[in-house]
Amino acid sequence: MEFVMPCIIAFIVCYALIKKVPVFDAFVVGAKDCIKMIFTLAPTLIGLIVSVTMLKASGVLDLLTDLLSPVTDKIGFPSELLPMTLLRPVSGGGSTALLNQVLSDFGPDSFLGRCASVIAGSTETTFYAIAVYFGAVKIKKIRHTLFAALVADFTAAIIAVLTVNLFFQGRV
Amino acid sequence: MISYIFVVMIAISVIGSVILGTTAEVSGAVMDGAQSAVELIISICGMMCLWSGIMQVAKEAKLTQKLSKLFAPLLSRLFPDVSKDSKAFSLICMNVSANLLGLANAATPLGLQAMQELKAQSDTDVATDSMVNFVVLNTASIQLLPTTVAAMRDALGSRSPYDVIFCVWITSVLALFSGLTVSKLCCAFGRDKWSL
Repeated sequence: MEFVMPCIIAFIVCYALIKKVPVFDAFVVGAKDCIKMIFTLAPTLIGLIVSVTMLKASGVLDLLTDLLSPVTDKIGFPSELLPMTLLRPVSGGGSTALLNQVLSDFGPDSFLGRCASVIAGSTETTFYAIAVYFGAVKIKKIRHTLFAALVADFTAAIIAVLTVNLFFQGRV
Repeated sequence: MISYIFVVMIAISVIGSVILGTTAEVSGAVMDGAQSAVELIISICGMMCLWSGIMQVAKEAKLTQKLSKLFAPLLSRLFPDVSKDSKAFSLICMNVSANLLGLANAATPLGLQAMQELKAQSDTDVATDSMVNFVVLNTASIQLLPTTVAAMRDALGSRSPYDVIFCVWITSVLALFSGLTVSKLCCAFGRDKWSL
């Protein structure tokens, strides 16, 4: 499975070379853009990860988890994933910080770690995206966009748990 | 918005720690948090930059354009009121291809341009069906390779960071499908009732 990565990389660079693209220059431009983006993001991430670590250490997240588990256990959804799932449509940085928390608390290859990874990989920051896209064209009446987007986020959470269960049964 | 989240989290942790008796843990968390944040950033930096570089190569080799031609038939069914030859449609295709390849920096400007074209076509203050579907499409992340998540898993010692890829594909597609279905249903049930 991992071999897909080198294959994709090889395909892209070979194709580009054949098409006479200055491959390494392009690579450097892309990598530089990414570094700039990471430097821009770093302060946000530091602030949010500190606040999430504090929240976790205070025990408030566990309290929230325990409070909500009667409801979520009934549908088979792990309550430990609730904070991240609920924060995901609202804040990309915050939910990344919570993802990091879940991955380090339970291990990246655990059931919870995998579920959290799938949820994070299948959703975007809904509120932010809606604000940006409709804000750019100055449209205030978004009709059912938010509702549909939140349904998508909710579905992602449920399906994520189902697929991880399906694919990784007994290999946790 | 982010200020509220930040302040609320800190306030709740401090107050909560007093109530729950975890003040020592929270004090430690301040420093541990800052350290682990930097460790995270450094450990994912390499992978992300590598991927970003490769994707820039793909972009300059016009692979995004090739990919978008593949999606035209599918996308024209999602956006029936946008004609296949219009600038809006080609921008929509490019945005979807860029998102697929994980080129968020390219996808967002293309998406914004697409929205502007859609607005120019409709000339009302209300979101058209195409606009709604397009934004839903963008808020449901469809990526071929979830590089950021994989980089984070790898940084924390995962044996195989991409082993969740099939789960991610299935989940993304089903989530998008549910969002678009709800959207079509809302459109069918009348425009006036769902203004949010």
